[in-house]
Amino acid sequence: MIRISTIDIVRTSLGGTGKLLPVAILITCAFAAFWLFPYDLGFLTQMLIMMVFVVSFDLILGYAGVATLGHAAMYGCGAYAAGLFAIHASPDPLLGLAVGAVIGALIAFFSGLLLMRAHGLSLLMLSIAITMVLQEIASKARDVTGGADGLTGISMTPILGVFEFDFIGKTAFWYAFSVLFIILVVLRVLVASPFGLALRGIKDSPSRMRAIGTPVYWRKVTAYVIGGTIAGIAGALSAQITSLVSVEAFNFALSADVMVMLILGGAGRLYGALIGTLVFMTVRHVAASIDPFNWLFVIGFMLLAVVFFLPDGLISLPRRVAGMIGARK
Amino acid sequence: MTSGLRIRNLSKNFGGLQVARNITLDIPTGARAALIGPNGAGKTTFANLIIGALQPSSGSIHLDGKDISQLGEAARVRAGIAKTFQITNLFKDLSVRDNIRLPILEREHRTFRFLERHDGDAAIEAEVEELLADFRLLPLANRLVRSLAYGQQRLVELALTLSLKPRILILDEPAAGVPSSDSHLIVDAIKRLPTYLSVLIIEHDMKLVFEVASRIIVLVNGAVLVEGTPEEISRDLRVRELYLGAGHG
Ligand SMILES: Nc1ncnc2c1ncn2[C@@H]1O[C@H](COP(=O)(O)OP(=O)(O)OP(=O)(O)O)[C@@H](O)[C@H]1O
Ligand SMILES: [Mg+2]
Repeated sequence: MIRISTIDIVRTSLGGTGKLLPVAILITCAFAAFWLFPYDLGFLTQMLIMMVFVVSFDLILGYAGVATLGHAAMYGCGAYAAGLFAIHASPDPLLGLAVGAVIGALIAFFSGLLLMRAHGLSLLMLSIAITMVLQEIASKARDVTGGADGLTGISMTPILGVFEFDFIGKTAFWYAFSVLFIILVVLRVLVASPFGLALRGIKDSPSRMRAIGTPVYWRKVTAYVIGGTIAGIAGALSAQITSLVSVEAFNFALSADVMVMLILGGAGRLYGALIGTLVFMTVRHVAASIDPFNWLFVIGFMLLAVVFFLPDGLISLPRRVAGMIGARK
Repeated sequence: MTSGLRIRNLSKNFGGLQVARNITLDIPTGARAALIGPNGAGKTTFANLIIGALQPSSGSIHLDGKDISQLGEAARVRAGIAKTFQITNLFKDLSVRDNIRLPILEREHRTFRFLERHDGDAAIEAEVEELLADFRLLPLANRLVRSLAYGQQRLVELALTLSLKPRILILDEPAAGVPSSDSHLIVDAIKRLPTYLSVLIIEHDMKLVFEVASRIIVLVNGAVLVEGTPEEISRDLRVRELYLGAGHG
């Protein structure tokens, strides 16, 4: 059993041009979605933001193998930071993203110093606890954050002074897509670097990492900070595009959903995060409009099926099918 | 003489069980020593005390005159001590090549680099390929380690440990589980090791021990029973009794 992703197989069969294949697919999908669903741009943009968020968690869970249930901490802080920055300092979107990124990084750094010493259940509990504390602070600091009513009054100037946010959400869609695209490129470079290889080693066998002379702690903290930076950017995007930040940005359910989306799509391969988010949010969107009370059944059964039959996630489905057909011959 | 490993009165208890008793031993630079003893004698525990995977209850370990007893496992590896695992402990979801490449990158302090490719350094790649070739692993280089047969994994285990370029090398039953058709790869690799390197080999296979070791230490119940050259050990009555049993005498 040789585990190579489908993308890798296609890539080797295409030679050098194959490197650009995922990029081409991604851009094609974006244009297709844009033209096919002009009335759902708001939903599609939400999906793109969530993809940024989930892919940031892939670095932490999928590559470094650190399972937390508090990834919303950095998302929420990034959202509040960008919202407050827009209201009080500058309504420039890109500056706001940078602020969200820095705050995400800082929260990840200081919480990571503690979290990355913990393992297993205590790590899960601590990460939940930190997010709860942050949520409580956001809802108590009413004067600053608007408390339970949420932070409102965010309005953004045009991106780069040119692209104005429009009512239909075209600009927001391409804005979110561009951010996702750039982050994917950065993460692809990162996971192919020596640092990326070290993260996979940590996930695989922390004990062997120590036996090759590597204290894993600072590498895990670094990965957590990079993941937190991107999560902060996702939060900032959400604040800028929806013009609203609510304390729900820290919800436990959000952290859990992110994990579900990642496992569904396939952890540790970046594109799996995109597929998982696409499927999860589409199913929720469609199923919830058909039966608002029972849509979780669909997600639940899908997750069961994936965990039992496709442990590498939906992204491994084509290869699995190909393998079965090959075996039948 | 301060060069090499100097172990003094090393003891370790697991609760009430004493698995290392006052072990005092020198492994000078360039030594080819073997540690033998019955199952459960405490050989692996002793090795784990030296590499820092376990902390001793008492006693001291010096490397080239420096006290390393307080150093953690990673720091001792960087000081030059490395060990193969009796039960293979590899990066199972990485390819064979990455299993060799990663320790070299770590050894060269490269893994805090984010923007270059992990396979981008020509010198490191050449070293990886050479090690793979030494252990006949080239045909398997792109396979995930979890898909290899156990004997092949043992070869990766040894290649990985050697890639750290240690000065003190501890081999915990390196040939166990390796098919006899391949065990010469292990013996050859040990014989090829540079002379500045000290080797402590833990092994049940006496043929292998006599082939590579110039000193043998016999451990029983956590204590050193006897230490000497292979000739002395093979003549020693207590050892003969231990290994041949009363009935064979
Ligand atoms: N972590 C531990 N906690 C408690 N007891 C342990 C632990 N590790 C080992 N022991 C015990 O210590 C004793 C020595 O074990 P060790 O693995 O060092 O023996 P060994 O000489 O390597 O044996 P083998 O030849 O089977 O590999 C055994 O009785 C074992 O059960
Ligand atoms: Mg043992």
